[in-house]
Amino acid sequence: MRQTSLRLRAGIVSLAILLIFGLAWHLAVSGTGPAQQMDPEYAKLMGQTAVQGKSAMPGPLDVLGKIWSHLKEPFYDRGPNDKGIGIQLTYSIGRVLVGYGLAMLVALPLGFLIGMSPLMARALDPFIQIMKPVSPLAWMPLALYTIKDSSISSIFVIFICSLWPMLINTAFGVSSVRKEWLNVARTLEVGPIRRAFTVILPAAAPTIVTGMRISIGIAWLVIVAAEMLVGGTGIGYFVWNEWNNLSITNVITSILVIGLVGMILDQALARVARAVSFPE
Amino acid sequence: MSAKFISIEGITRRFQAPDGGQTTVFEDIWFAIARGEFVCMIGHSGCGKTTVLNILSGLDLPDDGAAIVDGKAIEGPSLDRAVIFQSHALLPWRTVLGNVAYAISSRWPKWSRSQVEEQAKRFIEKVGLKGAEAKKPAQLSGGMKQRVGIARALSIEPKILLMDEPFSALDALTRGTLQDEVRRICLETGQTVFMITHDVDEAIYLADKIVLMTNGPEAMVAEIVENPLPKERDRNQIHRHPAFYAIRNHLIDFLVSRSKTFKSEIPADYDRRKPPVILPQNQPQPLPPSHEAGRKVA
Ligand SMILES: Nc1ncnc2c1ncn2[C@@H]1O[C@H](COP(=O)(O)OP(=O)(O)OP(=O)(O)O)[C@@H](O)[C@H]1O
Ligand SMILES: [Mg+2]
Repeated sequence: MRQTSLRLRAGIVSLAILLIFGLAWHLAVSGTGPAQQMDPEYAKLMGQTAVQGKSAMPGPLDVLGKIWSHLKEPFYDRGPNDKGIGIQLTYSIGRVLVGYGLAMLVALPLGFLIGMSPLMARALDPFIQIMKPVSPLAWMPLALYTIKDSSISSIFVIFICSLWPMLINTAFGVSSVRKEWLNVARTLEVGPIRRAFTVILPAAAPTIVTGMRISIGIAWLVIVAAEMLVGGTGIGYFVWNEWNNLSITNVITSILVIGLVGMILDQALARVARAVSFPE
Repeated sequence: MSAKFISIEGITRRFQAPDGGQTTVFEDIWFAIARGEFVCMIGHSGCGKTTVLNILSGLDLPDDGAAIVDGKAIEGPSLDRAVIFQSHALLPWRTVLGNVAYAISSRWPKWSRSQVEEQAKRFIEKVGLKGAEAKKPAQLSGGMKQRVGIARALSIEPKILLMDEPFSALDALTRGTLQDEVRRICLETGQTVFMITHDVDEAIYLADKIVLMTNGPEAMVAEIVENPLPKERDRNQIHRHPAFYAIRNHLIDFLVSRSKTFKSEIPADYDRRKPPVILPQNQPQPLPPSHEAGRKVA
């Protein structure tokens, strides 16, 4: 009872904040009469916004209209510089999932190895410590040089940035499995493979999934920047291209869409986290 | 009946001390357990009881000497020896049924799923947990968790049952019921049991033989006390047995004073390989009631 009412009240407050923000935005960008004291050369460059005294900044209604038009036709393709936002998103999500998936394939087994072997943990620690703080974008030139393909280079950058949190959390989760659970497996003469899947994996799963959740968040942050850098396709490229077109409406629309997709990815991992968590 | 089903022969265990040297937890310990016998070990905290049990379970190895079961030295854990851990050690992501079934499918990997579940349900019912099969350990009380641990250990039908203070974390009432159940099950199946306890009354109620450990470090087996009570005993009647106070006072006396002083006044005929076997005899004088009040088990 109390919980639903709290949720309801929070929802009302959220809605109110949204309305107030939208209204303030609308008022802030609506025209204040023709701007006369402007340099005519500059006015010519700025086009109608200068003539009508309208702010160059789009209002919330413009953005809503834009979103609607994108929703109506998300997947249109009119040449390399004019593709629907849906196509661009699909490219970005695809790259993230491929890079992230590859990182999983490496990080989970390697993390298991590090977690189970104190020797490997110590031996690999310096490399991890040095590589982890490197901005994934710093890898981009190297990737472009060696791979010579912008799309695969972005995937590589996603791979690198997703790797560390998963690797570190897997190693930590595996190394901190409670001794008594391992002893149960030992007294039952459970073999190493079965022990890995029936004791270590379930025990470490909450920590591993936390690492995976951090990774997907970072990967989604990084893909936008990577695509801005290499161009071609993807939501990051789309944002940059619309900025070059001076279509601020599209930029704002992209920001909202990027946020939305990021949230969905995070929520998906949160669901996995709930599925593997266990109360003690 | 083999008199030496389990034979502890001169085991020594040392651990690295913080200062870099070595501390000897116990040295050159000898005792034996016959098939079907229920043996309790009593001693003060830190004297190495858990270490002895770990060596018997195969989770730990002695630095010297050997623990021999059925003529073979223990070299590692075995499904023939089931352990009931003090902390119950259930896998929290598995249900009650899942925890017991895990042990059963480890014991008999070729069994079908339904065979495994049938066996698991049988033992869950045996410890009085019918209806709780689908619960996770977090949803169980301490006593219920310990029951699952008991069911898990018994379900693999081990030759030896090893228990490390299995009831010490429970309230007196639950402890009593569980003691009754474990005793009944072990008697029914002629189970060989080695159990560690802090509780004198628990040892008297359950054990055929009680191994007394002196204080650590360098602990030793002071003596082995034969329980004078008949194998058929009733928890509410045992205090009427003429030898009850004899054994009880003997054990308390050992814990209170002799466990400390034993090493400095070792009897001349003491032989580490054959610790003296004591059978406490009828004693007319029960301890005064005031002494008893604090130790009564409900
Ligand atoms: N892995 C270990 N490393 C170092 N010392 C240890 C280790 N395990 C046990 N010890 C030491 O060995 C001694 C005996 O420990 P043990 O756990 O066997 O005692 P215990 O008789 O079971 O005590 P309690 O009744 O409190 O459970 C203790 O002094 C303990 O500090
Ligand atoms: Mg102990």
